[in-house]
Amino acid sequence: MRAVHTAEVGSAHGGAGSGPWILGVRHHGPGSARAVRAALDAQRPRAVLIEGPPEADALVALAADEEMRPPVALLAHVVDEPGRSAFWPFAEFSPEWVAVNWALEHGVPVRFIDLPAAHSLAMRAEEEKEEEREREKEGPAGWEGESGAEGEPGAGGQSGDGGEPGDGGEPGAAGGPGAEGGPAADPDAESAADPDAEPAADPSAEVLRVDPIAVLAETAGYDDPERWWEDVVEYRGQTADALAPFAALAEAMGALREVYGAGGHDRDLVREAYMRLQMRVAAKEFGPEYAVVCGAWHVPALREKTTVTADRALLKGLPKAKVDMTWVPWTHRRLARASGYGAGIDSPGWYAHLFAAPDRPVERWLTKVAGLLRDEDRLVSSAHVIEAVRLAETLAVMRGRPLPGLSETTDAVRAVFCDGSDVPLSLIHDRLIVGDVLGEVPSAAPAVPLQRDLTRIQKSLRLKPEALERELELDLRQANDAERSRLLHRLRLLGIGWGEPAAATRGSTGTFRESWRLRWEPELSVRVAEAGIWGTTVLGAATAKAESDAVGAAALADVTALAERCLLAALPDALPVVMRVLADRAALDADVGHLAQALPALVRSLRYGDVRGTDTGALTEVAAGLAERVFVGLAPACAGLDADGAAEMRTHVDAVHGAVGLLDDERHAKATGPDTAGATATDTAATLPPSATDGIRPRWYTVLHTLGTRDTVPGVIRGRAVRLLLDEGELSQDEAGRLMGLALSVGTPPAEAAAWIDGFVGGGSGGMLLVHDERLLGLVDAWLTSVPATAFTDVLPLLRRTFSAYEPGVRRTLGELVRRGPAAQPAATAAVGVPGFADALDEERAAAVLPVVRLLLGLDASPEDSDALAEAAG
Amino acid sequence: MTVLDNETVRPAAEVLRAHAEDAFADELAALAAADDRPRPARWRLSPWAVATYLLGGTLPDGTVITPKYVGPRRIVEVAVTTLATDRALLLLGVPGTAKTWVSEHLAAAVSGDSTLLVQGTAGTPEEAIRYGWNYAQLLAHGPSRDALVPSPVMRAMAEGMTARVEELTRIPADVQDTLITILSEKTLPIPELGQEVQAVRGFNLIATANDRDRGVNELSSALRRRFNTVVLPLPESVDAEVDIVARRVDQLGRSLDLPPGPDGIDEIRRVVTVFRELRDGITADGRTKVKSPSGTLSTAEAISVVTGGLALAAHFGDGVLRAGDIAAGILGAVVRDPAADRVIWKEYLEAVVRERDGWKDFYRACREVSG
Repeated sequence: MRAVHTAEVGSAHGGAGSGPWILGVRHHGPGSARAVRAALDAQRPRAVLIEGPPEADALVALAADEEMRPPVALLAHVVDEPGRSAFWPFAEFSPEWVAVNWALEHGVPVRFIDLPAAHSLAMRAEEEKEEEREREKEGPAGWEGESGAEGEPGAGGQSGDGGEPGDGGEPGAAGGPGAEGGPAADPDAESAADPDAEPAADPSAEVLRVDPIAVLAETAGYDDPERWWEDVVEYRGQTADALAPFAALAEAMGALREVYGAGGHDRDLVREAYMRLQMRVAAKEFGPEYAVVCGAWHVPALREKTTVTADRALLKGLPKAKVDMTWVPWTHRRLARASGYGAGIDSPGWYAHLFAAPDRPVERWLTKVAGLLRDEDRLVSSAHVIEAVRLAETLAVMRGRPLPGLSETTDAVRAVFCDGSDVPLSLIHDRLIVGDVLGEVPSAAPAVPLQRDLTRIQKSLRLKPEALERELELDLRQANDAERSRLLHRLRLLGIGWGEPAAATRGSTGTFRESWRLRWEPELSVRVAEAGIWGTTVLGAATAKAESDAVGAAALADVTALAERCLLAALPDALPVVMRVLADRAALDADVGHLAQALPALVRSLRYGDVRGTDTGALTEVAAGLAERVFVGLAPACAGLDADGAAEMRTHVDAVHGAVGLLDDERHAKATGPDTAGATATDTAATLPPSATDGIRPRWYTVLHTLGTRDTVPGVIRGRAVRLLLDEGELSQDEAGRLMGLALSVGTPPAEAAAWIDGFVGGGSGGMLLVHDERLLGLVDAWLTSVPATAFTDVLPLLRRTFSAYEPGVRRTLGELVRRGPAAQPAATAAVGVPGFADALDEERAAAVLPVVRLLLGLDASPEDSDALAEAAG
Repeated sequence: MTVLDNETVRPAAEVLRAHAEDAFADELAALAAADDRPRPARWRLSPWAVATYLLGGTLPDGTVITPKYVGPRRIVEVAVTTLATDRALLLLGVPGTAKTWVSEHLAAAVSGDSTLLVQGTAGTPEEAIRYGWNYAQLLAHGPSRDALVPSPVMRAMAEGMTARVEELTRIPADVQDTLITILSEKTLPIPELGQEVQAVRGFNLIATANDRDRGVNELSSALRRRFNTVVLPLPESVDAEVDIVARRVDQLGRSLDLPPGPDGIDEIRRVVTVFRELRDGITADGRTKVKSPSGTLSTAEAISVVTGGLALAAHFGDGVLRAGDIAAGILGAVVRDPAADRVIWKEYLEAVVRERDGWKDFYRACREVSG
């Protein structure tokens, strides 16, 4: 084929001289792509010029590589700042991609003729500095909201990572949407025929920009520009004259530009000047027989007759930056707008289908949908497909469209396949209309910036990737170690499992110490390349990934765990998103169990945050709110549980109790000063006097009171609540004794009573507690001795069940304690008023025993003794 | 219509509720006159005109067509298109989403007759869908077409009209399945006579079913396959819902001779806002999450709350619809489960209503009735 074509090139246009052919397209338009291929096949130009950064010229050969699989994107980034970057995505159905491939197949040179990325990235940097200055005038409050709004994968705004430790020091860099920002900043990803609206760097200044397609659609009486474009361009069959569609479109665009000029896209003029210069160079080299593939919007400008000097003048004094370029894998999801990609297409999967389907696109599409639904075990027969096709076609007729489009087929799918439900439809949208396609890039492509960023950080932190496994102990109080820990946590978030947290080898549980097991496997490099879609710096990518994970998280506990990881990895920008998701989930999750599960991780994060000096104000609020909801919902949720549910709820109660202690300390520490924050949790939770609380703790006690006294609550939880209150000194022993008596009285079913005892003193530590806490032992003892003989046999097996869970040593000590009684424990005098034990030795009664002891020992009985003996005997 | 019906026919103004084709006869006539698009066999209007009849619009000659259904255009288009193919239409939705209303108007616009109706109940017999017998005739003269009492579906088949089945999922499964032959073979055999009734072109069937009732008598997949399903959603925006409620309250109020209150629209907006917020679980400003009660809180319920309030104001109040008149109605609609819903309602009152500007009177009225 190739030989034939190249041979014909010269003759085919011998006399025509109709070149150059300027083919105005819509980026990512399958119809445009097909038309471009037809036009190229018909005209066979000697060179193909494409709107794109000329730095990519060197990489273009890779497009024909066997390993190259679209969607892929050209990525340009400033050499020293990987965060400063822009993407030019190509899908299989992108006209540019088709043109590149056609040229490579036919051995025709390809040139990218847009303004070099070296200029455009530098220009953005300058604009951004301007904005920053503006913004500083307005006050610093502005940037936070914007960076939140921009939260999208690859919004590589975080130029500060590593380079400027501490980050966030450059509000402009982080906040300027579309500044150096990832995909959104790509000027050529427009859905419309390239108005090159840089995604609203500053909405107020850019409102005047024109969407040419929208104007044309409105003129034609369509309310949806996309639909108009599809009807007019994408769905039109092949015409005899391959160039006719381009001529018509160029004419329309010419009319538009006459009215609107540059339409608010000021940089377009510069870009078009550059393109014209490149066209002149091409004309010199190849003669007039070359083709230009560019956004339709530019066509009139490229046709314009201008002087070289005028064009040069426009290009004078452009800023320049050193830029590297490479291919990166892209995904359909990235092409879709839904992923936060400011400019893209709604339905890459549908377009890919339109482009790939040789004929009968609707029938093929609906068959595909049916296949997907069948895989998901939905009953869809061929009869369904037939009916859906008929409905889609009738709908198209009724709506006056030339062919059923995506909306008609979707309506048909909903009515025929899905029983009118939108649930399976969202699956179809996700899998087919958007699609899961992931591009591939040959290994020969230059390294992705994320890898470079990682290498740079590894060097600066002196943390070499080694294949040999090794342990790493980090002291988070040291700046370097803290940075290392953040890096490892960020990489884990990105799925790059270089370091895994290990149990601390020194047995230290201090929060300032971390142990890692490091091992660099070769496939981690692949992981880094894959993670490249999330951003160009480790920080940016981790932030984007965390945000995406938060939105997709299934359970509330997952989100709190993620929040914890965000803090560990120091991702302040991701935190607001995670917090928002968390707040939403917490508000909607009615299951107290979930809330209770989520609370400890959240409270733990608060502590870590303190150690690492991150601001956790927002987190504290969410945690307090979560605790509040648990308090409100816990008592009703405990009613009417079965044994298993009760056991599970008991662990929740314990977890919440621990968390409340921590949370309260945290709030207290915040109020009094940072010094006390380092105190370990477990001691304070048990010993902190209730006077130190500021609200949360008393409310928790109220909840525990409710749990402890409500009859509908299972025994195990009631016992647990009473025990916790007793531990906290919130319940007098008398009251606890009364509650215990109540719970263990004859009227209570035996199983319930056993559960209560289990909750009260059960669990691993219950035995030790009884050993060490005279009061508790006293309570149990008092109750046990008061059990009537008839009931005792009923209670015995239940008690055995609880006490047999203790370790043998504990059991024996307990037994000895009970046998020895209080006399054996002089230290126990402190335990005032324990029922069953006197405050101190009762001298009188002790003396009464003496004569008998003497008698037994064979000692002489003194007269007083015999009196006493007589008294005792009497 | 049978002879009996003819005797009881009254002028449209006299009956409590006129059929759609009578109430909107003028609009249908104007549409038919203006409609120059191709019509399927035995359709009174083209599909386009049917959609216009439902969604409203202005004809070239200036006739204004009032919207019968306020909602996504897509839904009506799919519904009408379905009727134009030979597939039957199943309208699904939670109670109060205008399923019956849409089906009546569709039938009126397509066939000019919305009365070929089978009401689905737990006791709907097979005869209601196929045919019954006039036993006096049967005994006197033996089985013949004269002794046969056709069902609305059978008549629709014979005459090429649109039949309607209400609450399809309430009909016992074995009775439902008699529809399968009708919908797939388009024929109704009469084995007693060795005859059959074949559907003529123009015949189609609109069924409605309640989303929440699905469990009652789930359609068999064989029957489900014969239907295109359209789910009627709850109104999208407050304004749309206020519009629907106001429109219907006005129509209902007129037939009940209730005076419309001058401040009515504000109270309607309040009712709709409360219903929407509780239904969606989030306040209108998107700032506060609230819990949703167990009731559906559909638009139809909002309509009845407002109509009830109007009646209350007209007969026991000063004729002006005030917060107190609707408070009791709202309470009744929201609190369906006395335990859980009451808590939700109180939470909502305290957290949302109390704080809202200009809602003091409403808050007080609600507190009063809530106790």
